[in-house]
Order: sequence, then C-alpha cells, then structure tokens
Amino acid sequence: MYVPGNNPGLLKDAHIYGADALMFDLEDSVSLQEKDTARFLVFNALLSIDYEGTETVVRVNSLETPYGRDDFEAIVRAKPDTIRLPKTEEAEEVKEADLLIGEIEGKAGIELGTIKLMAALESARGIVNAYDIATASPRLVALALGAEDFVADIKTSRSSEGCELLFARSQVLIAARAARLFALDTVFSDLKDQAAFAREVEYIKQLGFDGKSVLHPRQVETVHRIYTPTRTEIEQARRIITAMQEAEQKGAGVISLDQQMIDKPIVERAQRVLALAEATGMNKEDGGR
Amino acid sequence: MMNRNILKREIPLAIKGIGKLRPYQGSNIEEQRGIVSNSFSGKSKLGHDLEQAIVATGLKDGMTVSFHHHFRNGDYIVNMVMAAIARLGIKDITLASSSLSSVHAPLIEQIRQGVVTRIETSGIRGELAEAISNGLLELPVIIRSHGGRARAIESGQLVIDVAFLGVSSCDRYGNANGFSGKSVCGSLGYAMVDADYAKRVVLITDNVVDYPNLPISISQTKVDLVVQVAEVGDPQGIMSGATRLTNNPRELLIARQAARFIDLAGYLTDGFAMQTGSGGASLAVTSFLRELMKKKKITASFALGGITQQLVDLHQEGLVDNLFDTQSFDLRTAQSLCRNPHHYEIDASFYANPFNKGCLVDRLDFVILSALEVDLDFNVNVITGSDGVIMGASGGHCDTAAGANLSIVVAPLLRGRIPTIIERVNTIVTPGQTIDVIITDRGTAVNPLRRELIERVIDARFPLCTIEELKEKAEQITGKPRPIEYGDRVVGLVEYRDGTIIDIIRQVK
Repeated sequence: MYVPGNNPGLLKDAHIYGADALMFDLEDSVSLQEKDTARFLVFNALLSIDYEGTETVVRVNSLETPYGRDDFEAIVRAKPDTIRLPKTEEAEEVKEADLLIGEIEGKAGIELGTIKLMAALESARGIVNAYDIATASPRLVALALGAEDFVADIKTSRSSEGCELLFARSQVLIAARAARLFALDTVFSDLKDQAAFAREVEYIKQLGFDGKSVLHPRQVETVHRIYTPTRTEIEQARRIITAMQEAEQKGAGVISLDQQMIDKPIVERAQRVLALAEATGMNKEDGGR
Repeated sequence: MMNRNILKREIPLAIKGIGKLRPYQGSNIEEQRGIVSNSFSGKSKLGHDLEQAIVATGLKDGMTVSFHHHFRNGDYIVNMVMAAIARLGIKDITLASSSLSSVHAPLIEQIRQGVVTRIETSGIRGELAEAISNGLLELPVIIRSHGGRARAIESGQLVIDVAFLGVSSCDRYGNANGFSGKSVCGSLGYAMVDADYAKRVVLITDNVVDYPNLPISISQTKVDLVVQVAEVGDPQGIMSGATRLTNNPRELLIARQAARFIDLAGYLTDGFAMQTGSGGASLAVTSFLRELMKKKKITASFALGGITQQLVDLHQEGLVDNLFDTQSFDLRTAQSLCRNPHHYEIDASFYANPFNKGCLVDRLDFVILSALEVDLDFNVNVITGSDGVIMGASGGHCDTAAGANLSIVVAPLLRGRIPTIIERVNTIVTPGQTIDVIITDRGTAVNPLRRELIERVIDARFPLCTIEELKEKAEQITGKPRPIEYGDRVVGLVEYRDGTIIDIIRQVK
C-alpha cells in the first residue's frame, strides 16, 4: 500500500489496515517543496515506529533527479526491507543503485546485501528491457508495473478492460518469472469503484501476478479476499500434498489422486495454494485480519 | 356545625375521619387553579410576548430556569430567553439546561452581569466552556448525565421554577411536538421531564398550528403559556448531528472490530437490545451489525437512545423491531418518529433515570460509547480535553455503561498528537468498573474484571492486548504527556448518575 512520505498522520500507523507491505513514497506523491520533509519523515518513521512485522518499501526518487542520491543516503541507513526504483528503463540503473546501496551499507556498517531492490517499469523502454533489468542485480526481489506513466508513454490512456496494458503486464510477468522474482501489478485509481477494482484484481491474479499495489486501505481487503484460497482449494491442495508424500514413501513413481495423475506442476500449484493460505490466515470467513 | 355554599346548600364544616370540607364558591375556579394562563380555561395560552410571559410566570431573582438541547447547535431559545430575562433586570438565575453548545457563548456576558450565577447541564462546548474552565463562574457548574438529570428533577434535587421549552409545532393551548414545522428536531425526550416537573412551563414555537396538534409529545396539561416567535432555531444547526456514514478507514477499522467483538463475545443473539450512538465509528458499527444480523438471520428487540437514520433503516428493514428515541439526530429520524408506530418517543427518565422503577438502559445488551480519554483502570473522560478545558458532554455515557451488559468504548488510539489511553484521565465521568472493553485502531483491551469475557473472545480467536500495551503503543509515538497544571479553584462538579460526585474539574492555569 502506498503511503505518501510527507504525511505523518499516515506514516505513524499505516500498517494497521493489514497491507502485506507498506510503500513509503518519496517520489510522485510528494511535491518538490516537500522532498526533504518526506525524506526526513520516512527516515525517522522507519527508525522509530514499530510496523509490527509488515514489510517496508521506500520508493525513492530516481538517481537522475537532484533528490535521488540524498534519498539513498538517508533511506539505506533507515534499513527498510526494500527500495523501489521508479521509472527503470535500463539494467545499468539497477546496477548503479546496487553499487550505491552497497557503498552506503558499507559506510553505515550494515551487512552487504541487506537492502533489497524492486524495479518499477513505467515506460516502453523499461518494458522492452524487462528481462535485462530483472537479472541486473542479486538484490532484486520483484518487478512492478507502473501503468500511469506507461500508458502516457505509449500514447494511450487506461481503459476499464486494460487491453492497452496486456503486453506490458505479460512482459513484466514473464521477465519476473524467468528471473525468479515476484511480479507486482500497478495501482487502480478509482477508489469509488470497488467492483471494477475487484474485477481487475481477479484478472491480474489469473495472469499470474503475485500481488497488486493499492492506494487506499479500503482496497487491501479486496486484494486479500481474492488472493485468499477458498476452503475447497485448501482442502484439495492438502490432499494433493498428502498423496505426493504417500507416493514418495512408497517409492511410487506416479502419483495419483481420484484416478487422476498428479504431476509436478499440480504439486507446485498446491504448494502455492497452501503458502497463500498460510499467508492470509487461512480463513476466508473471518474476513482476513 | 354547618356552612352554606354559594348555592345555599348546607355543608358541614368538617366530618370526623375525613377532615375539613371546602364549600363550593362558584364555577369560576381560576383563582384556585394556580396557572398563569392569561385567559380562561379552554382558550388560548398565546398572546404574551416573551418578556410578558416571563413576568407572568413570576420569575424572580434567585430562581431556576430550564431548557432542553434538542435544537443542538442551532438553538435560539436559550440566548433569546436569557436576553429577555436580562432586560427585565432579573439576576442570580440558575440555568439548568439538558445541555449547552457552542452557540450559547452569549451566556458569558450574562454571567459577567450577574444574570446567571449557576449552571447545571450535561455538557458545555466552545467559548462558554473555555470561559468557565478559566473561572468565569463563582460557583462550579454541575455536570449531570441524562439519567442523572431526570433523577435530580424527579427527586426534587433540581427544582425548576420555569421551563422554557422550544418546540417545532404547538397549538394555542399547548400541545406540542418536535416533528413538524420548519425547526424540526424529532424527539422532545429531554424536554418532557422538565414539562412534567417544572412549576411553570412556557412553550416557545415558530409554528402555531390548529388545535389539536397531534401527535402530542408535551401536552396542554403541563403548559402554562405559549409564546410565538419568528424562529426557534437554525434548521442547519439543529440537524447537525453529523450522521453521514464515514469513509474514514480508521473509523471503519474500529467499527468492524467492534461489530466482530460483539458477535464473538456472544451478544448478537436473536432479540438483543442495543445503543450505538452517533459519531463516525458508532454509526459504522451499525452498518457492520446489519451485515452480521442478516447473515445470522436475527433481529434486535430494540435500539435505544439517540436515534439515527441508520437505525431507522434497520427498523424499516425489519431488523430492529422497536426504536426508543430520546433524541433524534437527523431529519429522517424525526420523520420516522412521526410515522412508524414502533419508533417511540421516550423521556429522559424512561431512558436512563437510575432511581425510577425501571429505565431502558438497564435492558441493553450492549452499548457503543466514545471517549476523549481512557485510563489504565478503564475510567472514561468525555468532558474535559487534553488541555483540561471543558469541551464535551456527559450525556448518557455513565448511564448506559452501567446499564448495558456489555459496554464498549471505541476510540482512535491517537488524535493528532494526543494519546487516548493514558495513565490517569483528567476527569472521570464514567467509572472503569462499568466499562468492559476498549476498541482502538491499534488493538482491543478487555477490562480484567471481565475474566469470562476475556476467555470467551480469546476462545473465538479475537486478538486482545492489555490496556497497558495500548498506552505503551500510544506513547511510543507521542511520548508521555505532561500533566496539566490546574489552579485550586473548583469550576465543575461531575455527578455520577445517582447524584454523588464522581470527580471535580479545576480551573486551568
């Protein structure tokens, strides 16, 4: 969930709405006059507020802007889990950030490689270079699509069906999967239209994304609801894993369940369902958290 | 010994076992009636302007006048009547209003001039509250709960010489309600007690209607005079109860937790009774409860207290069988009160007087309450702000907390930089012994006195923390607040509902 870095009222306890990760923004949601304020606030928030285990990400300004370097210098020292590079277009940018973070980690006595990276692709060039970017640094843990800038770059606008994003989404996803990274989808801006938001979440889940960036607490629950496996799915996944374990014990080469052959992809999908169930508290009726 | 009455019948002076007999003196009984109506019984009580009416009631220096607060911050009556009393040169008045709002700042001048020397009320806000906290009044203001005020009036602790009651419609003979006219306020629940017990009752209206004005909330049997004025209030301010459903994610989060808590604690069973109040989180609780009720296919027996359109919707949907209304927070509620027979207007005594023979708060399964501050003993302050200045109202807080089986306080852990959970509240309005649980955006703490409640919700996997942990979480962000510096002078006495003093408010430095 995006949290504008210049809003102390939100910074102080943004984790209470149940987002899996908080993304403190120093970039586009912060006006030029507020850049220092936001950097200072986010730095201090990360050092002094207990986010109770919620993952922390900071979206810094690009190193090509006058603010990027100061952002890295401050934020690396505050040790968020991840730094998000905005508007990434070339693998070089990731490498540059990687080196800079390493340098600051060294100076600050932080173990090398502690701070992870996430690259946001928000332009045609970024999308074209997706795989190079995805494999540019061992710090990278995820690729994300930034759709607002992207649609402007390819000279269109966002539609409710999202056809203009299909290629970019697929490219980000495939590149991320090929590089064994997480793939995260872009935000949905119409906060009032919860039904359209839910449809989009269903859609990107089906495409294969691991999650979605959200702008408002009320969107968190919808993403969780859609990503939470149903009881039937969990039950089926458990049966598949049990069948696999039994087959392993027996030394049987072929696993079968209900007269159907269970092969490796099915087992992997079952494992993924159980991991999601674990992550979401396993209980859809509870309404999540 | 015999006496002759005016019809020349012989009437004994007295009969043993019965006592003295009063001989009939004619059908003109005006002198014996002891009312101040300007005309003969059965005719109009209209005709006086406000000052003439005040004179006719016999109001004198040192007497007590009362008002209601159904017009909330749109009220014109208090200022209008007190200005007239001041013009008549009457001094040393005790002003006993069911509550006062920021619109009543002109009272400051009347206090300075000695027109008003005492105030008894549920709450005070704005400049008047600040001035009183700074020592404006010689004698401390008496803060009473709604139930406590009804008790004080019925028991004779608070004797009202003249009640000046604004009504949105009234006939010439004094039958009044709050449902029609341009200054609609809905229920007249607080005013009804004053009408029942005040020595003189003057109704003030901007809407005189044909006789009889039905339905009747205050009847002609209680009313001495009716005064017609141009406006009794500002409709905008009267219906400023702010009962729109919140979009604030923090309030929604708290509300959702509260509804879940009620359910998991086992209080959401068929035929339950509730009070949910107004204000962001409280209103949102109502909508989350609605979802749960539909899912569980249950209905509530009644909802009580300040009634909102959300509760009216539930009633009309068949989810809440009855509404008991002491105060209507919005226009739709006022209209419903007039239209729905099971939306029932009740007076403040029926609502919450602990010393009558059965008030409704005692029948509540749960109540949702707010708080400015809660301390480690679960004591709640709803009257003074973090700067020690009076800024709120006691309302039905301590009444419902004592009556309901489950009393829930909902509040954000922080308001700006001010923590809600602190070591010791500035002013105790509701004792912690009657508070069962506090639900904040950062966690829920159950009063350790309610051991069985703790076990029940833990079994249902509802996450709990201790109130000390909540305080800790707040202080991690705000630091420890410095205690407020008070002067020695007592500016307020806070009565518990039984009339005992639960706390005092001192002058701020």
